[in-house]
Amino acid sequence: MRVALFLTCVNDTLYPDTGRAVVKLLTRLGVDVDFPMSQTCCGQAHYNTGYRHEAEPLARHFSDVFRDYEAIVTPSGSCGAMVRELYPRMGERARAEGRGEGLATALAPVVPKTYELTEFLVDVLGVTDVGAYYPHTVTYHPTCHGLRGLGLGDRPRRLLQAVKGLELKELPGADECCGFGGTFALKNSDVSAAMGADKVRNAESTGAEVLCAADNSCLMHIGGTMGRLESDMRPVHIAEILASTEEEPAA
Amino acid sequence: MSGTFVGMPAFPRAAHEAVNNQTLRGNLRHATHTIRAKRANAVAEVSDWAELREAGKRIKDHTLRHLDRYLVQLEESVVAAGGTVHWAADADEANEIVTQLVKMTGESEVVKVKSMATQEIGLNEALEAAGIRAYETDLAELIVQLGKDRPSHILVPAIHRNRGEIRDIFEREMGEWGRPAPEGLTDTPAELAEAARLHLREKFLRAKVGVSGANFMVADTGTLVVVESEGNGRMCLTLPETLISVVGIEKIVPTWQDLEVFLQTLPRSSTAERMNPYTSTWTGTTDEDGPQNFHLVLLDNGRSDTLADEVGRQALRCIRCSACLNVCPVYERAGGHAYGSVYPGPIGAILSPQLRGTASEIDASLPYASSLCGACYEVCPVAIDIPEVLVHLRERVVQGGPVVREGNKVVLKPAKGHAAERAAMRAARWAFAHPGVLRTGQRAASRTRRLHPRTLPGPGKAWSGTRDLPAVPAEPFRDWWQRTNGGTSETGGSK
Repeated sequence: MRVALFLTCVNDTLYPDTGRAVVKLLTRLGVDVDFPMSQTCCGQAHYNTGYRHEAEPLARHFSDVFRDYEAIVTPSGSCGAMVRELYPRMGERARAEGRGEGLATALAPVVPKTYELTEFLVDVLGVTDVGAYYPHTVTYHPTCHGLRGLGLGDRPRRLLQAVKGLELKELPGADECCGFGGTFALKNSDVSAAMGADKVRNAESTGAEVLCAADNSCLMHIGGTMGRLESDMRPVHIAEILASTEEEPAA
Repeated sequence: MSGTFVGMPAFPRAAHEAVNNQTLRGNLRHATHTIRAKRANAVAEVSDWAELREAGKRIKDHTLRHLDRYLVQLEESVVAAGGTVHWAADADEANEIVTQLVKMTGESEVVKVKSMATQEIGLNEALEAAGIRAYETDLAELIVQLGKDRPSHILVPAIHRNRGEIRDIFEREMGEWGRPAPEGLTDTPAELAEAARLHLREKFLRAKVGVSGANFMVADTGTLVVVESEGNGRMCLTLPETLISVVGIEKIVPTWQDLEVFLQTLPRSSTAERMNPYTSTWTGTTDEDGPQNFHLVLLDNGRSDTLADEVGRQALRCIRCSACLNVCPVYERAGGHAYGSVYPGPIGAILSPQLRGTASEIDASLPYASSLCGACYEVCPVAIDIPEVLVHLRERVVQGGPVVREGNKVVLKPAKGHAAERAAMRAARWAFAHPGVLRTGQRAASRTRRLHPRTLPGPGKAWSGTRDLPAVPAEPFRDWWQRTNGGTSETGGSK
């Protein structure tokens, strides 16, 4: 199976370790991974801030880059939800505004074959035990777009529970937003920071060493808050935990 | 204080104070989390909740699509039952109609049962200007009125007040408005409730005119419905000689059978009750029983304009249950006052900028008062996709575009103050459309990474004031991929 890694612009630029972990993990599971070099950004920040017309060319670009792959895998619930939930809406709006079928037709083939990483592992590859080893206590934060946008359900937690050495701690108020919200973090920084601080305090109350999530954007906000609050916890992307093995353990 | 919230600052500034008020934060957190958990239990008891939610959505959408027809039917039914119907295009018209109706009775005071529509139009202030005193009789509304305060929640307008504050308000203010608070009033709930009961009883028995809102209006019988917990509403609806109901035109349902759905979803969503304690229905007038004069004021005030918007119109499905407020992480931290409207929280963030337009600072900022976490949509008993409408309204704010205002099609200009953001978004889109540009930027960031400051100046302070910046890696992923061919030709390397 030949799949394309849609890493997302945030991961590519700031969190390359997550991308390397996805490659390592999928390769270990027998998947042939390609990284199309012309990929950039799904356009979510534009769309959600009110710049749909700036997001449309990026959606078209996404389709041009990824349309010929069997599956498109992304380690981001939020960017995955952008493609699966909002691309069809963008197509519909373009049609409703009399701009023809072009955008809808361009986006249709990529939407159903785009998967968030944990979804791809559980639903497409049919694995929950990926042979990982990670001897740490972990609490899991289900990010909003993963939880409510994509409906990831308990897939990530099932994957984590199967990791050897990992002790999973329940996060109080897990389904509450961490306060990132893209440009919300800047436009309403007071409220965003208050939400982030509450999330960190809830995470700390579990006594876990690591807060894990399937989205580095939320982890950037939570981790940045942990740093400022001088928390002993650290944020880790789920891909890095699942890629970790006894031979090559992640930190 | 004005009920119409003119000149409110933008949401982020209005929220700033609440975020830093630890007492308020604690009160709100406790209240919203308690009701949130109770609601979840009340909803989980119903096996066909998803179907009820879908049915509520369908009934409302159908009614809104044929609103013209149902409103005419309602008017005919109300008149046939002995009532009088008045049509008000905006707040001024509605206030004028009610003021004249009260004056015609020769009375100078009215009792009111909680009505968001009259809060929306600032009726109390308009009546006061005409020498008429309006007494709120819902307990929470009474607390807000006596405290010269503003409501901060749809269902629990005094949610921001604790027992001690309420005791002080009662002791200080009740005497100004009627029967004073009993001597030595403490802050126990039973004593506070008794004080309010005695104070209000005097007003109910004296009042000749009642003003109400309604949760629903049934088109085929001309019946209005109020759903409440305290029974004060029922007294307002039955004791006065004249009853004036001010109701938004979107509150209509076609038949009694449609109520079946909402009388299940509304109490469970709002107070987490299987059924609310009092459901009062009234149809026109009945000889020698209840008010002998009944006036229905049908309020538009931006609703028709909202209905003209294909995406935004779903906000008119709202049955005012306030479930979205109770699950909203932004409401929980910012409090209700920051929304600058009688409609706070997520529903307020999409309703106010549609009813009032996006011209004012507060209205232009409301669509951004959300992290788009989606909890409000998930909890909404009539499935309003609040995040979708928020993004739609954000687009209206930054890009402008065609809208209907006061029945006329107009093209809005983009709101002021977004020029830099617009330029940044365009530049980012351009860079993302040119992978080479993106790569050059990534490499420049990586090369200078040791020079990056811990805090940012200017707009960047909005991030770095409270959060550390992520460290820029030595090598973006795409460079690693190209250098190692996806890790197949070389592993390790620079990290």
